[in-house]
Amino acid sequence: MFQHLRPAIVLIGLFMCLLGIAYPITVTMIAEAAMPGLAGGSLVQRSGVVIGSSLIGQEFRSDRYFHGRPSATSAPDPKDASKTTDAPYNAASSSGSNLGPTSGKLIDRVTADIKALREEGVVLLPVPADSVTTSASGLDPHISPENAAIQIARVAKARGIPEAKVRGIVTATTESRTLGIFGEPRVNVLALNLALDTTAP
Amino acid sequence: MTIIGWAQIAAIFALVFVCVKPLGLYMAGVFSNEVTFLSPVIAPVERAFYRLAGVNPAQEEGWRSYTIAMLVFNATGFVFLYVLMRLQGVLPLNPQGFSAVAPDLAFNTAISFVTNTNWQAYGGETTMSHLVQMAGLTVQNFLSAATGIALALVLVRALARSGARTVGNFWVDVTRATLYLLLPFSLVVALAYVATGLPQTLLGSIDVTTLEGAKQTLALGPVASQEAIKQLGTNGGGFFNVNAAHPFENATAISNMISIWAMLVISAALPITFGRMVGDDRQGWGLLAAMLVILIAGVGFAYWAEANGNPLLTALGVDQIAGNMEGKEVRFGTAMSALYAAVTTGLSCGAVNSMHDSFTPLGGLVPLVLIQLGEVLPGGVGSGLYGMLVFAIVAVFIAGLMVGRTPEYLGKKIEAREMKLAMLALLILPFAILGFSAIAVMLPKALESLANSGPHGLSEILYAYSSATGNNGSAFAGLSANTPWYNMTLGIAMLLGRFAYVVPVMAMAGALAGKVRGTASEGTFPTHTVLFVALLVGTILIVAGLEFFPAVALGPIVEHFQMLAGKTF
Repeated sequence: MFQHLRPAIVLIGLFMCLLGIAYPITVTMIAEAAMPGLAGGSLVQRSGVVIGSSLIGQEFRSDRYFHGRPSATSAPDPKDASKTTDAPYNAASSSGSNLGPTSGKLIDRVTADIKALREEGVVLLPVPADSVTTSASGLDPHISPENAAIQIARVAKARGIPEAKVRGIVTATTESRTLGIFGEPRVNVLALNLALDTTAP
Repeated sequence: MTIIGWAQIAAIFALVFVCVKPLGLYMAGVFSNEVTFLSPVIAPVERAFYRLAGVNPAQEEGWRSYTIAMLVFNATGFVFLYVLMRLQGVLPLNPQGFSAVAPDLAFNTAISFVTNTNWQAYGGETTMSHLVQMAGLTVQNFLSAATGIALALVLVRALARSGARTVGNFWVDVTRATLYLLLPFSLVVALAYVATGLPQTLLGSIDVTTLEGAKQTLALGPVASQEAIKQLGTNGGGFFNVNAAHPFENATAISNMISIWAMLVISAALPITFGRMVGDDRQGWGLLAAMLVILIAGVGFAYWAEANGNPLLTALGVDQIAGNMEGKEVRFGTAMSALYAAVTTGLSCGAVNSMHDSFTPLGGLVPLVLIQLGEVLPGGVGSGLYGMLVFAIVAVFIAGLMVGRTPEYLGKKIEAREMKLAMLALLILPFAILGFSAIAVMLPKALESLANSGPHGLSEILYAYSSATGNNGSAFAGLSANTPWYNMTLGIAMLLGRFAYVVPVMAMAGALAGKVRGTASEGTFPTHTVLFVALLVGTILIVAGLEFFPAVALGPIVEHFQMLAGKTF
């Protein structure tokens, strides 16, 4: 047994240097040299100021903007550190709801979200699944094209522009499947709202 | 289900399939200590490692010495990682200023990474410094995977050799698996990941002001380099709390495809390595066929269940054409989420790109059952192959009983000693999973951790112990597992699942190595035919599946019928 101690300790020390330090640093150096934007988190700027990452969803409440999916992320409660409080799109602490399919809490939440959508003027039922379900990460940057479609009337009214113009921007922002088969059709909410601000302020 | 969904699934399997043979043969060369195309670069490093460690690469060991070396190596790795986490507060590369990891959590996490489980009782971006992520977790991601491959090689050599006293040199196997296989592959995959959008930086986090003027803190770090080995080594411990559902860990449909390919490809190629090393390629293809039959059935079943959606939400007025989207990301949808869930549990990976806890009852049943079948479909790197070989030996034994002949596998007689050791290994799973679950459901302290009640609560507990014992690491994550009770018991379950399983398997390998390999005669039951594949599939489903059927019936299956009846909890 003791004859194994030297190789065990020496090899783990060597592997720590090679795999734990040299490997990630090499990847970092190559990535930062060759793909600085991507390696740095795909940050998005507007007039020189970083306003987020194109990969990470943001919370939108205003009627003038398209809204992302409900988010289950939370943050420590400022009043009581042992508890947490709802903090949608908290990119420092990703989380899903983890509510099971027969959870009463899930049913209550979806019921409330559908009611809120109706108050915003969505009359047609059923609503798209992603408009009332939380994503796995709580940071989903996308919505489905169907979810964008039910928000067009609200955004057009709040901005005082024709619906057709908003629909045109949505269509232009919609991404299709990669190579025609991979992934799902989707709309990046931040990109869409930025395009709205640019073309129809 | 849609045709395009199935096309995505088929494309990824096809991509794995074309790589299986070249990779399998490459590994056969590496582990037969042959010179490979990477040797000019790597051989000098390899020789330096052996010299510094005092290892004579030409000297082989018997199974006992080999197993003890493995245990010492893993115990040393555990101590290094535990100390690193306890001291992270005073060590460098800690831009977020995290304090030391709590003792029970550090214990759980160190075991978790040494056993290749990578259960996450912690939230990565809120707990671990960059130093721990890199020099601690990433290193064990490599070494636990290399250990799994080394252990599989022992069983392969035991079957390949005739009347042998030695089964290889542990230090050589671990070093070669790391240097010739895992490290070069990780470098390539990590850079491909960055190209899809995964961050790779030593910065901790960035504060930004969003379009609506709110403050958002973006957690960053050396994500791509860790993600690459996490997938290739079927580890599954994510940089972030939500693992590969996080857009920074899995940014696009393409990164998702790379992820699934990376976690499958080595495990799927190892049977081919086995076939080549025992001198009969057909044997490897037979094992791979049995693995894929069950895995593809699991993928199909999970996809069907998730695409059908949740009838309770349909009743409220939610369109379920997109399927059950609670806990799923729009860019993946149900097809890629169901595929990921089945593959990650058919393997012992445990990475997730959707929340299994929010799957429909039958959709969630698939990952649970695939773990309980022993994760041999095609299993973790190495652990999948040795697990499958144990099932193959049980299958020829059952076939031998049916026709009244002495069972043989690859010309080696399977006798009482081998069967006892094989069963000893197989019984660890029900013992730990059902035993700990039974205790947990009776403890009020343990039940406080549940996020869901009713049958789904039982599923959460059952899934936790299945995942830990199977060294998977995925979770029904609603369960608040970061409590002393779960950190300790899940830690013990992980140890049992890895080491109490593998030590009997090593003893079995030792017994098999010493036997003389006979030649096949008229009466030999061939182990590469369709008949054998069917028998092997049946053995896995009956031996492993029936043990857990009563427990599974009380969890997901009861929940399914309650859901159809419109009941909530």
